[in-house]
Amino acid sequence: MLQALSKRISSPNDPADAHRRQFRPASEGGGVHTIAETDSADPYKTLGVARDASQAAISRAYRKLAKRYHPDLNPGNAESESRFKAISGANGLLSDPEKRSRFDRGEIDSSGQEQARPPPYRDYAAGEPGRRYGRAGPQPAEWGDDDFADVFGTMFRDGRSQTGPRRGADQNYSLTAEFLDAVNGATRRLTLPDGRTLDVKLPAGTGSGDILRLRGQGGDGFQGGAKGDALIEIQVLPHRFFQRDGADIRLVLPVSLTEAALGGPIEIPTPGGAVRMRVPPGSDSGTELRLRGRGVPEHGGRAAGDLYATLRIMLGKPDPALNAFLKHWTPEQADDPRKDMT
Amino acid sequence: MITIELLVAEVAGLQRPDVQRWIDNDWVRPGGVAGAYLFLDIDVARVRLIRELRDELDIDEAALPVVLLLLDQLHDLRRRMRELGSAIEQTTPNNVRAALLQHLSQMGIE
Repeated sequence: MLQALSKRISSPNDPADAHRRQFRPASEGGGVHTIAETDSADPYKTLGVARDASQAAISRAYRKLAKRYHPDLNPGNAESESRFKAISGANGLLSDPEKRSRFDRGEIDSSGQEQARPPPYRDYAAGEPGRRYGRAGPQPAEWGDDDFADVFGTMFRDGRSQTGPRRGADQNYSLTAEFLDAVNGATRRLTLPDGRTLDVKLPAGTGSGDILRLRGQGGDGFQGGAKGDALIEIQVLPHRFFQRDGADIRLVLPVSLTEAALGGPIEIPTPGGAVRMRVPPGSDSGTELRLRGRGVPEHGGRAAGDLYATLRIMLGKPDPALNAFLKHWTPEQADDPRKDMT
Repeated sequence: MITIELLVAEVAGLQRPDVQRWIDNDWVRPGGVAGAYLFLDIDVARVRLIRELRDELDIDEAALPVVLLLLDQLHDLRRRMRELGSAIEQTTPNNVRAALLQHLSQMGIE
């Protein structure tokens, strides 16, 4: 195909069309063609079969070759076209037992055996009428960006409008952000490959995979066109103990046995700084405390999230006094903590 | 433009139910309406092609849609290439065409 294209370019007279005309069938007045190649003088050789091959073997050989050289399966390939003519001519001669035996006796030769074929399908298909069976339907398909990108790669991406100003290309970067910077918002400096630095303002509530667009920080425009944008994909690093869950923040909060049993004020870290709160007496491991509005701060029209602290009781180092007490302690209500597991 | 009767008479080895089935399968899209189809030259050539693929090349009707789909795409592409070729011919100066040709031949395509 590219061959045909380049030939078109080299000559306005379009030799690609010329060779197609040359093989136009009988309907155009050319009559039955004879094949000049010496090979075609021997139809057995053309089909690659022995002289005593059975009719079935001849038919098999023909089909095998026809599948490869059928001109409608090889549009624009002149060699394939002439091969197919020879093949079908040979088949026409050898598949007819009477003609075959006359040929074997030397009464006829192989010339004149090519059958006149009506214009092949491809003569129509690649032209205007072929739109009828095109994928886009009978209407002429428009040349969209997809065609160019799909078939010609980026060849036309920067060349579609050579005459007028064009906006510069967008450029992609990635930036890794600390967890708290992403939750609370921060400004980070990004050094670009070309040495420029960009101050990137991370809005509160930025998540991993978010893309920030910095207008006018991309590639230069052409012929007075605006600059493209810089697109920055954010990767948020995990935090030591905070976990993000949409607008909420979760953490596991260690408490002492005393704090859990007797309750009392403790300090809880939140993304916005430590907050004092009261643990209710008798809080067990796994109890979830909610601090309203202490999750991801309000951002982009979304209300602030909450902070969920799940308590985990820590016994700490062995304490002789505690152990001594527990040895002589009889709980008021003996309770098996594993009773649900049996 | 011919009718289905003429078509069946003209194409050796073709049965009318074949044509009807191929139309139902959307492999052939004649003009006209059911019962009074009109086949353009391209439709006739396509019917011949389908019959040849099936009867002479042993491509059974289960595999035919794949062959036709690929063939249609191939022709779409060839049409596009020709459109592109003529667009290049009409819009680019000679030296650009020469440069393009030279580049293509360096890729070993010529």
